[in-house]
Amino acid sequence: MLGMTWAQWLPLIFLAVMGLALLTYVILDGYDLGVGLLLPLADDSEKDTMINSIGPFWDANETWLVLGVGVLLVAFPMAHGLVLQALYLPVAAMLIGLILRGVAFDFRVKAPLQYKAFWNRAFFAGSLLASSAQGWMLGSYITGFDKGPLGLAFSLGIAVTLPAAYTLLGAGWLIMKTEGALQSKAVSWAHRVLWPMGIALVAISGATPLVHPTVVSKWFAMPQVFALMPVPLTCALAFFAVRWVVTHPDLVRAGHGWVVFAATVLIFVLAFFGLAYSIFPDIVIGRMTVWQAAISTASLNVVFVGVAVTLPVIIVYTVFMYRVFWGKARALTYG
Amino acid sequence: MDLDALMLSRIQFAANISFHILFPTITIALCWFLLFFRIRLVRTRDPAWEEAYYFWTKVFALTFALGVVSGIVMSFQFGTNWPGFMEKTGNISGPLLGYEVLTAFFLEASFLGIMLFGRGRVSERVHLTATFLVALGTTLSAFWILSLNSWMQTPAGYEIVDGQFIPTDWFAVVFNPSFPYRFAHKLLASALTASFLIAGLCAWQLLKGTTTNGTHKAMRAAVATAAVVMPLQFIAGDLHGLNTLEHQPAKVAAMEGVWETERGAPLTLFGFPDEDAATTHFAIKIPKMASLILTHDMDGEIAGIRSFGDGHPPVAPVFYAFRIMVGVGSLMLLVSAFTAYRLWRQRREKRITLPRPLLWVLSAMTFSGWLATLSGWYVTEIGRQPFVVYGLVRAGEVATTVPPPFIGLTLVAYLLVYGLLLVTYVGVLKYMAENPVKHAPVPVTSAGLGKAGV
Ligand code: HDD
Ligand code: HEM
Ligand code: HEM
Repeated sequence: MLGMTWAQWLPLIFLAVMGLALLTYVILDGYDLGVGLLLPLADDSEKDTMINSIGPFWDANETWLVLGVGVLLVAFPMAHGLVLQALYLPVAAMLIGLILRGVAFDFRVKAPLQYKAFWNRAFFAGSLLASSAQGWMLGSYITGFDKGPLGLAFSLGIAVTLPAAYTLLGAGWLIMKTEGALQSKAVSWAHRVLWPMGIALVAISGATPLVHPTVVSKWFAMPQVFALMPVPLTCALAFFAVRWVVTHPDLVRAGHGWVVFAATVLIFVLAFFGLAYSIFPDIVIGRMTVWQAAISTASLNVVFVGVAVTLPVIIVYTVFMYRVFWGKARALTYG
Repeated sequence: MDLDALMLSRIQFAANISFHILFPTITIALCWFLLFFRIRLVRTRDPAWEEAYYFWTKVFALTFALGVVSGIVMSFQFGTNWPGFMEKTGNISGPLLGYEVLTAFFLEASFLGIMLFGRGRVSERVHLTATFLVALGTTLSAFWILSLNSWMQTPAGYEIVDGQFIPTDWFAVVFNPSFPYRFAHKLLASALTASFLIAGLCAWQLLKGTTTNGTHKAMRAAVATAAVVMPLQFIAGDLHGLNTLEHQPAKVAAMEGVWETERGAPLTLFGFPDEDAATTHFAIKIPKMASLILTHDMDGEIAGIRSFGDGHPPVAPVFYAFRIMVGVGSLMLLVSAFTAYRLWRQRREKRITLPRPLLWVLSAMTFSGWLATLSGWYVTEIGRQPFVVYGLVRAGEVATTVPPPFIGLTLVAYLLVYGLLLVTYVGVLKYMAENPVKHAPVPVTSAGLGKAGV
């Protein structure tokens, strides 16, 4: 790999940017989608607090999706058309879900009071639609858009698992951002969704080699297997860390609640790298490598300059924004 | 008309972008209005500005949310509906869209939170800066997307290698021949749309007796802006038209309804263009005016529609849409000039009074900016048919291969959702205007201040 030229490196760099943007998206929008999924379980004033806790962030969170798709579009136009046409219906479902959810934020408090319940439901429904559609897309992507029964079953599995994982992330977020009764509820929500999510994750990892045989050779070849062992082990560790905290309420009260969120994020990150390792260097599995999909080096250079300058700045002001709204969620006013 | 994948994709794309553009058109300028309200507040400490700011921030937040969610749809539309477009032009449109995401979307989305909810958590200066950055972000995003759109209208700075567009001169790509005109025209359109929205809702409050002190401030600012901007828009529009004549004469022929190439062409005020008969029925014409407006010479030559063979756009939609835009613009000019004159005479008063009929007219024109903007886009976009990249790529070459029922199904779903949202949006604006919060809440201070060290 070291002998590669700049022209060969560039597509890889963009692949990395795209992957990181999508990972960031899944984690950031994941927690606010998760909060949306938990909404029906809370009472009325808790609903307000829950939404206040994500109000300042959701728009910026979704922008990572635009960047992820944007890089796919910009750097790998060939793959972009192929992937998005293959995922036509779930993409539309996800978009409609995101629309409903995004507007419900505003309509639920600005429309006359009698419509609030309707928009609360729209908020939940949109979150559910968007997150299961994302799961479906991921599943169908991993199977190389296999429309056979096995491929569909696999996609369906992820369409259920991803919302569960988002729910855990959302509960972890609420544990950090809220206090009192709502926080205790969030702990119990995290507790309830933990096992189903864990089992589903293991099942999916077990099924991946079935739908995608090359994965087996990548993971279980001899020297690699030792280098790769830490990935599932750390995942298991993170899982039990979450379990430890949610079964010991005194730990949450002592201020260790953030572990739930952090450990869930860790699981997401590891799953992401595991997946990336399985697929690389294809961008459309079994059909197209990154190099085949990329645009010309000259154009990539132009975008590269932009990415190299703006991405660090974006990260700086994203961190700034999170610091401004650090601490427990408060009522939001435009005052 | 066949409902094949191409046609359905077109309808879907047109529906989505028409819906999307409604909201940016408002937010681009509204954000600068908000910045102005804040600066006035900081300068004068007059609570009326606070009320104006508070009310219009709520409108802004709502509109922005709709702009964001419909915009996310747009970013998927290229891949789902026009995959061939990115494959052919990706080397040019890719970087332009990429820069829009990197320089504009993140800026506005990240600082929006601070702008909306940050008061009491950050200092006044940081808050003003955040507001400024959001306004800058929306304007920048208009810059990039219009650059791309203009490039599709008047491609420049490229060469074609193996059927792909390869950029040769980025400056020429970004600042392609129609871009400065389109950008100026669009920003002015946005200012007008926001001004008439503000004036319209304020007029409604005056009619219903639900004003706050902020109503009077906002109304003055909006009417003054509209009265200044509308004449500029006429000039910008005229220059834009001249530029189009140079690069896309077929579009101008359709706009003007000029069928045969002629010198001293008359201006058709109204009529019913008929493509089969190649004539405009019941046309009301002013002799030589079209030549005068377009070439600034009474006897200038204008190429007729027939001289373009089959490379000309459908005439009727372009013709009507152009008249709607210019008609709405003329009405805006009259109404804003007259209202501005009335308000000028009472400039020393704290509260404004306007005759009820005028208030009704202003209320009726609340969304007139939308009408003119959409018509303008239809002129531009339908007028460049049958091409996607003018003169070079036809829409049929880049359309999706997704089965038509899928497109039809999602189209219906989008239309239902958009219908619901439009009705709710207008309803909520009306509701907010009728039930304003009289005293803007005092921002929670001290407790959280300094958390971020600013
Ligand atoms: C003249 C202005 C203009 C035009 C023609 C377009 N947009 Fe737009 N767009 C904006 C002006 C704008 C804006 C003012 O910047 C918005 C509105 C609200 C917002 O967040 O930014 C926006 C939002 C917005 C977003 C959400 C960004 C976010 O998450 O914050 C996306 C992904 C797009 N747009 C994409 C598009 C695409 C792909 C277009 C063309 C096909 C397009 N827009 C046309
Ligand atoms: C925001 C305001 C806009 C409106 C209201 C608008 C409207 C339309 C309409 C009505 C069509 C269909 C024309 C037809 O098929 O008869 C169209 C086509 C199209 N427009 Fe726009 N447009 C807008 C902006 C843009 C921008 C900013 C871009 C590109 C960056 C763009 C790119 C396209 C493309 C790719 C097509 C499809 C191909 C075609 O049918 O020509 N449009 N638009
Ligand atoms: C009354 C004087 C006006 C004139 C002479 C005028 C002229 C034009 C012309 C010639 C075009 C077509 C550009 C092309 O060839 O592609 C256009 C497009 C457009 N117009 Fe106007 N216009 C006027 C008023 C308005 C008003 C009042 C608005 C909105 C409030 C508006 C919004 C637009 C928009 C959004 C477009 C499409 C984007 C673009 O190409 O700039 N116009 N206008």
